[in-house]
Order: sequence, then C-alpha cells, then structure tokens
Amino acid sequence: MIIRIMGEGQFELPDDSAEGLNALDAQVESAVESGDDDAFAAAFAQLLERVRAHGAAIADDALVDSDLVLPPSDATVDEVARLLGDEGLIPG
Amino acid sequence: MSMMKRMGMIFRSKANKALDRAEDPRETLDYSYTKQRELLVKVRRGVADVATSRKRVELQATQLQQQGDKLHEQAQKALAAGREDLAREALTRRSALQQQIADLQTQHANLQAEEEKLTLASQRLQAKVEAFRTKKETLKASYTAAEAQTRIGEAFSGISEEMSDVGLAVERAEDKTAQMQARAGAVDELIASGALEDVTASPNSDIDRELAALSAGSDVDNELAALKQQLGTGERQALEGGATPGTAAGAPVEEPERQPEKGTGA
Repeated sequence: MIIRIMGEGQFELPDDSAEGLNALDAQVESAVESGDDDAFAAAFAQLLERVRAHGAAIADDALVDSDLVLPPSDATVDEVARLLGDEGLIPG
Repeated sequence: MSMMKRMGMIFRSKANKALDRAEDPRETLDYSYTKQRELLVKVRRGVADVATSRKRVELQATQLQQQGDKLHEQAQKALAAGREDLAREALTRRSALQQQIADLQTQHANLQAEEEKLTLASQRLQAKVEAFRTKKETLKASYTAAEAQTRIGEAFSGISEEMSDVGLAVERAEDKTAQMQARAGAVDELIASGALEDVTASPNSDIDRELAALSAGSDVDNELAALKQQLGTGERQALEGGATPGTAAGAPVEEPERQPEKGTGA
C-alpha cells in the first residue's frame, strides 16, 4: 500500500498496517465534517506519525501512484475541507 | 468515506482526465513533459521568492535590533545624567521594539521552513521528471499496441500526482509569502519614514531631543567653564601687561573730563 503525504513524498506501508490507520482516518474525517480544530489536529498528527513510522520512503525517481493521499502536515481543518470539497483546489 | 481514500480519488481523477483528453497517448507524454518542465521552473522560482522574503525579514530584524541597541545606549546616558524618567522611556520603547523583533523572528522561521520544503519538493520533482523523460522515450520507441497505453497511463499518473502535490505546495508558499510580504512592506515603510520611533514613543517626550538638550546643556557648561578660565588668564595677562583693550579705549574719553578738574585743582 502506497500513501502520499503531500509536501513530503510517498511511503510504502505493509497492508496489515491499514487497521490502525483506518481508525485514525475516521477520527480525522469526522473532525473535518464537524469543523473541530482540536480534534482534527490531534488525530491528523497521529495519523501522519503512524504513516511515517510504519512506512518506507519511496525513491524520488519512482513513478508510481498512491493508493491513499494525506494533506500537508501543516494543513488546517478548513483547508482539508476545501481540498475534499472542491476538486479545483488541487492543481494539475 | 475515508479522507485518505477521497484525497487519493481526487488525485487519480485529475490524472485520468488529463490522459483522456489526448487522442494519442504519446502526445500526452510530450505534453506532460512540457508541463513538468514548466512546473520545475515555477518551483525553483518559488524557492527564490521565499528566499528573498526571508532575507528581507532578516534585514528588518537587524535594523530594529540596531534601533533597540541605540535606545539601550540612550537609557544608559540618561541614567548617567540622572534622568531616570528618560531612561525608563527609552527602555519602554525598546521593549516595544523587542516584541516586533520577536514577531519578525517567527516569520523568519516560517519562511525558512517553507523554503526547505519547497527545495525538497523541487528535488523530488526533478528526480521524477528525469525518470519520466527516460520512460517516455522508451515507451514511444516501443509503442505498438493498446497494451502500451496501460504503461503510459501508469507513468503518467505517477508523475501527475507529484505535479498536483508540488503545484499545491507552490500555491501555498505563494500565499504565505504574499501575506508576509504585506506585513514586511508595512515594517519597511515604518523604518523608512522614521515613524517607528514615533509609533513606539510616548507622545509627551522625545528622548533624542531631551538627551540632545541635556548634552547641549553640559556642552554649554563646559564652554562656559572654558571661557571663564580663558577670561581669568586674560585678566591676569592684562594686569601683567599694564593695560587691557577695554581700559585703554576708555581712558582717553574720561581723561579730557578729568584733566580740567585736575588742572584747576592744581
């Protein structure tokens, strides 16, 4: 499973690590929906940390697309909501 | 649905749309490569822009620091002259400056972090663009059947994702530097107009002027003392010489009036 953290690069994670990620992902998701800054910051930081800790960085010159994508580590809850809501926000 | 999955889908749909637009996937490869080169230029320009902003903030912090040092000196002078009120005023202004310097230091740290992020993004993109160029040539040379389309699609979506990521990073960096440049512009104007001293000054006193007056006062005292000393020496010289210009000039005027009295008296 390949996960991109925007602004940091791609990480390869063993498929069985998805379990722990899903719970945190769900917390982030509901925090984004309710616009809860604190809950978002806490869950998002843990999610990023887990991906970095369990993942191996993919070489810069590898051309592979990711299964999952995470927003930049300094993104706010509003920014993530906009990233998800409006496709036009992501360039390309 | 999961946030990570939704984000991933948004990226993939971007790549697919771009790929679907071209009739011949090989055209897409060349077109995408051009876009990649353009984005690389843009990221490098972004790094340079952030660096410029960082240097500007550095310069401002140095200028404010010098202003703060000057106020500290003024406080010392004022205290030496027994003017605790002025010293207090100088230190109060200095502490207002310290807050602005701290704010600039925070901005500086943010810009530095942004610069590092963009530099790394530029390196990653550079590596991927190089890999894409090699792959593109191989794919074009061996392009024979529909099966190759799949491989083109893979290479394309791999780089397309990176480009979306880097593109957003550049936009975010631009937003951040634009905000900071607006603030930096305001500080520059303050420094240039000298208004900073007025802004942080209390309305009722101007340390510079009062200290100047103080030192002017002591200059006057010194000059007076020097003059007195000269005058003292001059008087002695006059006594030793028998006459001073003042008495020499005054004597002939008085003499004719006295002379007849003396003459009649004698």
